[in-house]
Amino acid sequence: MASLLTTASWPPTLESWKLALESLFLNIITDGHLLVETLLVVVIVALLLQKSYQPQKRPLSEAEIDQLCEEWEPEPLHPPLTEIMKTFKEPVLESAAGPHTVVNGKDVINLTSFNFLGLIGNEEMQRVSRAAIEKYGVGACGPRGFYGTIDVHVEFEERVARFMGTEDCILYSYGLATAPSTIPAFCKRGDIIICDEAAHWGIQNGIHLSRSTVAWFKHNDMDDLEAKLKAVKEEDVRKKRRKVVNRRFIIVEAICQNTGFVTPMDKIMELKKKYHFRVIVDESLSLGVMGKTGRGCTEHFNIPVQDVDMIIAGMGFAFASIGGFCCGSHKVVDHQRLMGAGYCFSAALPPYLASNAIAAIDQLEMYPSLLTKLQDNVRLLRKALQDTPGMVVGSNENSPVIHMYLKNSTNSFGGDFMVLQKIVEKMLDDKSVLLTCTKRMPLDRVRWPASIRIAVSAGHNDKDLLAAAESLKVVAASVLES
Amino acid sequence: MVQVPYFTALTTYFAYALLFAIGHIRDFFSCLLWKEKVADGYAPLTGDFGDFYIRWVYHRIHDCFNRPICSSPGAWIDVVGRERLGTSNWILKNTGGVRRCLNLGSYNYLGFAAQDEYCTVKAIETLERFGASTCSGCFDAGKTTVHEELENLVAEYLGKEDAIVYGMGFATNSSTLPALVGKGCLVISDSLNHSSIVVGVRGSGARVKVFKHNNPEHLEKVIRESIAEGQPRTHRPWKKILIVIEGVYSMEGEIARLPEIVAIKNAYKAYLYLDEAHSIGAMGQTGRGICEYTGVPFADVDILMGTFTKSFGSCGGYIAGSKDLITHLRHTSPCHTYATSMSPAAVQQVTSSLKVIMGRDGSRRGAEKLRNLRENSNWFRQELLKLGCQVLGDEDSPVIPIMVYNPGRMAEFSRECLKRHVAIVVVGFPACSLILERARFCISASHTRKDLEYAIDVIREVGTIMRIFWGKPTPDLLADVPSLAAKLAAKTQ
Ligand SMILES: Cc1ncc(COP(=O)(O)O)c(C=O)c1O
Repeated sequence: MASLLTTASWPPTLESWKLALESLFLNIITDGHLLVETLLVVVIVALLLQKSYQPQKRPLSEAEIDQLCEEWEPEPLHPPLTEIMKTFKEPVLESAAGPHTVVNGKDVINLTSFNFLGLIGNEEMQRVSRAAIEKYGVGACGPRGFYGTIDVHVEFEERVARFMGTEDCILYSYGLATAPSTIPAFCKRGDIIICDEAAHWGIQNGIHLSRSTVAWFKHNDMDDLEAKLKAVKEEDVRKKRRKVVNRRFIIVEAICQNTGFVTPMDKIMELKKKYHFRVIVDESLSLGVMGKTGRGCTEHFNIPVQDVDMIIAGMGFAFASIGGFCCGSHKVVDHQRLMGAGYCFSAALPPYLASNAIAAIDQLEMYPSLLTKLQDNVRLLRKALQDTPGMVVGSNENSPVIHMYLKNSTNSFGGDFMVLQKIVEKMLDDKSVLLTCTKRMPLDRVRWPASIRIAVSAGHNDKDLLAAAESLKVVAASVLES
Repeated sequence: MVQVPYFTALTTYFAYALLFAIGHIRDFFSCLLWKEKVADGYAPLTGDFGDFYIRWVYHRIHDCFNRPICSSPGAWIDVVGRERLGTSNWILKNTGGVRRCLNLGSYNYLGFAAQDEYCTVKAIETLERFGASTCSGCFDAGKTTVHEELENLVAEYLGKEDAIVYGMGFATNSSTLPALVGKGCLVISDSLNHSSIVVGVRGSGARVKVFKHNNPEHLEKVIRESIAEGQPRTHRPWKKILIVIEGVYSMEGEIARLPEIVAIKNAYKAYLYLDEAHSIGAMGQTGRGICEYTGVPFADVDILMGTFTKSFGSCGGYIAGSKDLITHLRHTSPCHTYATSMSPAAVQQVTSSLKVIMGRDGSRRGAEKLRNLRENSNWFRQELLKLGCQVLGDEDSPVIPIMVYNPGRMAEFSRECLKRHVAIVVVGFPACSLILERARFCISASHTRKDLEYAIDVIREVGTIMRIFWGKPTPDLLADVPSLAAKLAAKTQ
């Protein structure tokens, strides 16, 4: 077969062509039936081509178009800047974003970076990354298809698949490009997606790009989810479909980035099986956090990992690297290697970041105590934050990200943001604690109140955490009660 | 328009027809023998044409793609050997052997992909100081002094007020476009624009119209019609019109006809978004891209976009524009706020290589690299033309594709070159249409003349066997062959 493909010289000789054509024409001419039919077709075509009586639309003349173009006034390229945009100034770090960092020349406690296991600046990881830069240079200089695949990429994929216990894994060069590539690779127009309404923008974007029919269920509300699933089944019954022809997915985050709540995956799996849906789980915040050995929600809830169709995750979290990946069966992965837009049409991840992430997994396996330390820290800080004046502690107790909301909300995201931002700025200026407010892009459909977002790390010590909580109480009191 | 030789088109279609027929027959019988294991109540995960294509066409030639290497992607690379596990099994297994090959595949235009006496040292210094990742978005704790330095340097380099840096070139497009245009806006996009632009436009919810590739006359026609007609159905005037083009087209090697397009854009009050992924650092006397090359003032392009994966040997992308535009983007572009910021070491790599290009490292290496790249590209293009290859693209472009047409020939061409230690890229469906398969050479400043002479020798030898010398040189080939992606985008908007 391959040889057939490769020869351009499938040689139909000129003679044989002539013969074929001649015999065809001879047939038409000698066969009366064919002649009549051909004539009929010609008549029908002629009739079809005749213009029907319709008032003729007069096209615009060139002069008129000129006039219209002259008159057209576009909006400015972007709307005027808002007050927040003009005044907001982000912190600029002068050292690594570890548990402590330097801002404005000052050493500060960093409660902002998603450095859950404290692996930023980890010595072994630094060593591995340095060696990788020395060997491979910085960039991969091409997409995976075109010599951008470097052996460490392959090694990374094998390592993650082994770590997760899945058949295979595909590496993307950017965490936030993972969901927008994975979802449209499998979901097309006509397919059905049921998704949590608080899912992060990457998932929303992926769903939008897929053009599938989507229903959003109330955040973490399993009854609402079941109602949505039931509606799909009922539709099947009503339309008397015997066979399911469209793909159906439930998409959730194991720990929601926007709210810090843990999704009850056991219930999701039960519903998924009952209603014959596939499930895509975003484990960005739960890998290296949940489960006894950090394997995420499947380990935490004791779910066989094969039952989850796709697991996607970004690596800018516990793994202290950059990029994203999707784990699943061979079929799931292979399909994305050709159909994942962010995989095919973008340069591969810089090899040193892949090496770095491999080293992170090694660290996690070698030092499982990091996981307990993180959970201890979360517990400690949550407790210390409980009676912060004017604020309530949100999020699930397992979540390494803690959202703190205003007790008396202004009922608008912007309003809350302004107040909280004042607290954040004061914390940095007066108390040397780096915090952050949740930001929401206009393109994001999530409606959830603004909060101060605290990311706990295994690298923090008790003293820092308690001091930060104490400072927050003082600052919150002064800002909210003045 | 590519003049596909008639006989070639015929044989190519015939090959496809045969492949598809055999695929269907084998599918039919395997269906009879064993039903595909799709659990009850589920639709097959992948059941469309794509899946069929992968199994029956792609798997026959997939050894030409995704070839792993185990060195830096410099002028010479170590390609890892692979082989099929068995005749009916398509999985490729590493054999463990490596072959040192001349690299004509990577986008290593200025040679910064390999270890560099100046840049690599700096990158490692930054790695030690800032770690590999910040684990935070740019507004949280993701911005470091190195990020700030790069944003300022890019803005200065391009003569714009400000610049914003993202961690991925693809995401730069796919997240910036939705922040600029939306419902009621019109995007007029070149028919061969990169997939990231197509994704960005689709994500924005704006209407999209496609104009013929690099054809300002058609662009003007589309823009006039659009303004005259207004929005579909409501006929309200468009809120704004954004023209999106690339500087150098990566599959065609063509240079955008920027002066004409800018004239149209100014005449009709549209905005211009220029993707310089393959031209920044590679085109123009000092590497400032297609504006410098064509002599168009930078101020005439509203949004300058580019990536750091090509000329700078790093990762990421940037947008440069007015101060207010960039501030607006910082607050509205999702990837800036939600995504992990670019790795500090990679940022430093870009800053250092930019400094080399700008001559701020205290040497003349930057100017030399740019001159080498230009000379190498033009010499190589001339040699290919002399061989009788059907070469696409323009003079001075470092991307040089030649037409191969048939997927089988394409694969064999790639394999034979690899056997002779030349690593090349071949492009087929879905990156271009089914019968316009091509091979592509990306020239680098780090190629020596001897390297390139060697490559030409190999191409002469393999090309003779493959019969890809179509005779007389034919420049100006591609005009209106809309890529599948663009076509799909146009159809589905
Ligand atoms: C025109 C164009 N834009 C954007 C990109 C994406 O850039 P990156 O590879 O850095 O994601 C590419 C790269 O292939 C490109 O050719």
